[in-house]
Amino acid sequence: MEDWRNGGFGLYLHWPFCASKCPYCDFNSHVAAEIDQSRWARAYEAEIARVGRLTEGRILNTIFFGGGTPSLMDPDLVARVLDAVRATWTTANDIEVTLEANPGSVEAGRFRGYAEAGVNRVSMGLQAMNDADLRRLGRMHTVAEARAAFGVARDCFERVSFDLIYARQHQTLAEWRAELSEALALAADHLSLYQLTVEDGTVFGARAAAGKLRGLPDDDRAADMYALTQELCDAAGLSAYEVSNHAKKGSESRHNLIYWRYGDYAGIGPGAHGRLTLDGRRWAVEAPKAPGAWLERVEKLGTGDGLTETLTPQDQAAEYLMMSLRLSEGSELGRYEALGGEIKPSTIKDLVGLGLIDEGAGRIVATPQGRIVLNGVLRELLA
Amino acid sequence: MTELAQIRNFSIVAHIDHGKSTLADRLIQLTGTVAERDMKAQLLDAMDIERERGITIKANTVRIEYPAKDGKTYVLNLIDTPGHVDFGYEVSRSMRAVEGSLLVVDASQGVEAQTLANVYQAIDADHEIVPVLNKIDLPAAEPDRVKEQIEDVIGIDASQAIPISAKSGLGIPDVLEAIVTRLPAPKGERDAPLKAMLVDSWYDPYLGVVVMVRVIDGVLRKGDRIRMMQTGALYGVEKLSVLKPAMVDIAELGPGEIGVLTASIKQVRDTRVGDTITHEKKGCEKPLPGFKPAQQVVFCGLFPVDAADFEDLREAIEKLALNDASFSFEMETSAALGFGFRCGFLGLLHLEVIRDRLEREYDLDLITTAPSVVYHLHMKDGEVRELHNPADMPDLTYVDHIEEPRIKATILVPDEFLGDVLKLCQDRRGIQLDLSYAGSRAMVVYDLPLNEVVFDFYDRLKSVTKGYASFDYQIIGYRTDMLVKMSILVNDEPVDALSMMVHRDRAEMRGRAMVEKLKELIPRHMFKIPIQAAIGGRVIARETLSALRKDVTAKCYGGDATRKRKLLDKQKAGKKKMRQFGRVEIPQEAFISALKMDN
Repeated sequence: MEDWRNGGFGLYLHWPFCASKCPYCDFNSHVAAEIDQSRWARAYEAEIARVGRLTEGRILNTIFFGGGTPSLMDPDLVARVLDAVRATWTTANDIEVTLEANPGSVEAGRFRGYAEAGVNRVSMGLQAMNDADLRRLGRMHTVAEARAAFGVARDCFERVSFDLIYARQHQTLAEWRAELSEALALAADHLSLYQLTVEDGTVFGARAAAGKLRGLPDDDRAADMYALTQELCDAAGLSAYEVSNHAKKGSESRHNLIYWRYGDYAGIGPGAHGRLTLDGRRWAVEAPKAPGAWLERVEKLGTGDGLTETLTPQDQAAEYLMMSLRLSEGSELGRYEALGGEIKPSTIKDLVGLGLIDEGAGRIVATPQGRIVLNGVLRELLA
Repeated sequence: MTELAQIRNFSIVAHIDHGKSTLADRLIQLTGTVAERDMKAQLLDAMDIERERGITIKANTVRIEYPAKDGKTYVLNLIDTPGHVDFGYEVSRSMRAVEGSLLVVDASQGVEAQTLANVYQAIDADHEIVPVLNKIDLPAAEPDRVKEQIEDVIGIDASQAIPISAKSGLGIPDVLEAIVTRLPAPKGERDAPLKAMLVDSWYDPYLGVVVMVRVIDGVLRKGDRIRMMQTGALYGVEKLSVLKPAMVDIAELGPGEIGVLTASIKQVRDTRVGDTITHEKKGCEKPLPGFKPAQQVVFCGLFPVDAADFEDLREAIEKLALNDASFSFEMETSAALGFGFRCGFLGLLHLEVIRDRLEREYDLDLITTAPSVVYHLHMKDGEVRELHNPADMPDLTYVDHIEEPRIKATILVPDEFLGDVLKLCQDRRGIQLDLSYAGSRAMVVYDLPLNEVVFDFYDRLKSVTKGYASFDYQIIGYRTDMLVKMSILVNDEPVDALSMMVHRDRAEMRGRAMVEKLKELIPRHMFKIPIQAAIGGRVIARETLSALRKDVTAKCYGGDATRKRKLLDKQKAGKKKMRQFGRVEIPQEAFISALKMDN
């Protein structure tokens, strides 16, 4: 059996446009005055057909519309894409189709249309539960709008998730406790809770470099906030199944699990990444980031793929470990070794001794203490 | 050959920046020694480091022909001496090679500590001294005050001081004339056996070792067989020249003359500054007095930042040693820093110069360990050992007592900073020897342990006096004191490169400073790390670096796999620059910063 089958096969579609750029975001997003949605539909359809030929015979487990702000797509465009997908692959009976959405009132108006096109899960970028902080994060919606949009989403989709960003500027532990409790009361089945990360190349990054991004928690306080997050979510029945993701049992994001279980995924759209096992080799594929460049490439060359490289056994093993160790189910040592990885037993023993990982039944799993220093754990394991 | 009466040999004594090199350039220029188009600033300071730091490291010389007002043409030999105390012995030899000095003092700054040391060398050598007041055209110039200071502090007559501006050329003809009229002609016997002083030597890639000599008695000719009286080595003179400052061949050098020779000498190490050169046959009987072999007083380890550069470092050090016989080196291994060299230097400046040259001329990145002085260990069995490296300190039970080198430090400082300077010297275990005033400046003389001075004394002195103090020192001997070896332990493992000898009363403070600094420099690990300073088995300072609390990527999806893998690969590569101590990894930079002594 090829290794990717342990994780499944998913399709990621990247919609690169936003109404405005958020100051913390380093995703491939662009603000454009006019977007020719039918031109995009044709490009997506062409790419789906091309990737379909490469992966003929596979069963598609998941589809994920990410961005950018995919809730700026016309429901018709989403419908055309999903029609093309269904015409190309056999889809799993329980296929998960997720679309990332802004929780604004305009977007909520399109939810019904997405559901009719076949979307069965939305992931909403709430980000904060108070208007002042939403403005500071550059978000265009208010808390009231977000609550209303969440209500609409609950009516339209089987499954609804939302994101919050914490460890924000000047945020106290008590404030986060109150905010998260409020969020948990909304009774979503899935939550993504991210600590604010200041990335280079963003507005926040530039501010931080200039010493003007004040009031961010130090690592100790951020660690306390992480611990509190685990405590509150566990109590609400939304335990972490991944570093920053929490779900009710059975409501995990199946698409994201493909990444973390190191399955195969095709990436379509500007800047999209893919991992595809073809002819016994695992390819890492990356499309050009600029929307115009990607469109032209698809239209003129018949492929959106830009950079491709084959991954060595060691690369694959490293990627498997660093992705899978993020999950509460952890990593299978047999699979890691079969891919070409090696871990010294003494390293595992050391990390177990420090209480950072558990070992048993052929797996290693990061403990809650280990998960918050996972980069350090990985450095040891991959050394 | 030039008649003795028509020769004048002189040096220029000045503090850094007081205009020594500029004055030399003007003398060369005005006499037409160098064509105008070949002039470049500071002709005599050949090394980049010399030009940049405004100091002279190697002695240099130039022969100037000057038609004086009396109608005769004189040969003026200027020996440009090293201007720093580290090269005190070299200075003293250069001074012995000439009969007079120009004392150049900046008319706006006055006499500085360094000027003092060199002018005393000139006085010791029985020089006639002509004071020259430079920068007379500056608005801040106070010639009368400075003249008074020269008389008060140095004790020589300054009433005939020559006002000049080396920059603009003002007063330069007066200086030339004064050299002829006020400095004495050399003495010597043309018919006596050859007696010449080896003033300096350097390595020239085309010519091999070039030796600068001053003939005292007799005549030195091309083709002569010569003997170095201290080393006993014999050579044949292949080339004999004078420097103008380019080499110009000459058939012979008679009494009073200064020139250079080459004789197939392989290494500078084979020549000794201060040695006496005579003929192999019918040589002189007694060598010149005052010869001393080079004495290293400051030692440190030099290690390549990248262990793979060790062979390059070895090659570079060996090449440098060809040209500088005054530093010593031997291979050293450190658990922290790998393979390197333990090097001995004449002083701190010498250390810096060698390190700078290795880094610049040989493009090496180096780690310099804390400078250490040479301790005398008096063992219980009566043996006396020299300790160059604290890591080699034997078990204390075998040691009866330890002696350390002491210096006499002379500091000139404006009144307002005097209190701070006294406190600094007191803090560094100093004993005041003298305190006097010259105008608004104080001259403080302290007896200080050299190990306190090599630590960060210069930097502290500069900072407490806003750069206004000047400082000079000479070693005065060894004295017993309560010295101990302080070790640094990281996660209970000793880190050899950080151990140091300290006075018992200062150990706790130094230990505290070091562990606090290391706590900042060592990255957090997955576990907590005790950092301790200890004397023997007794911990005198301790900090605990807490365990890493958060280091995780918040978002990691399909698009992040490549980036994250590459980041981990990069960190893996970075790990190679870490040094492993038990389970702790210490980045190279941490050593570099910890060993920098700028608290």
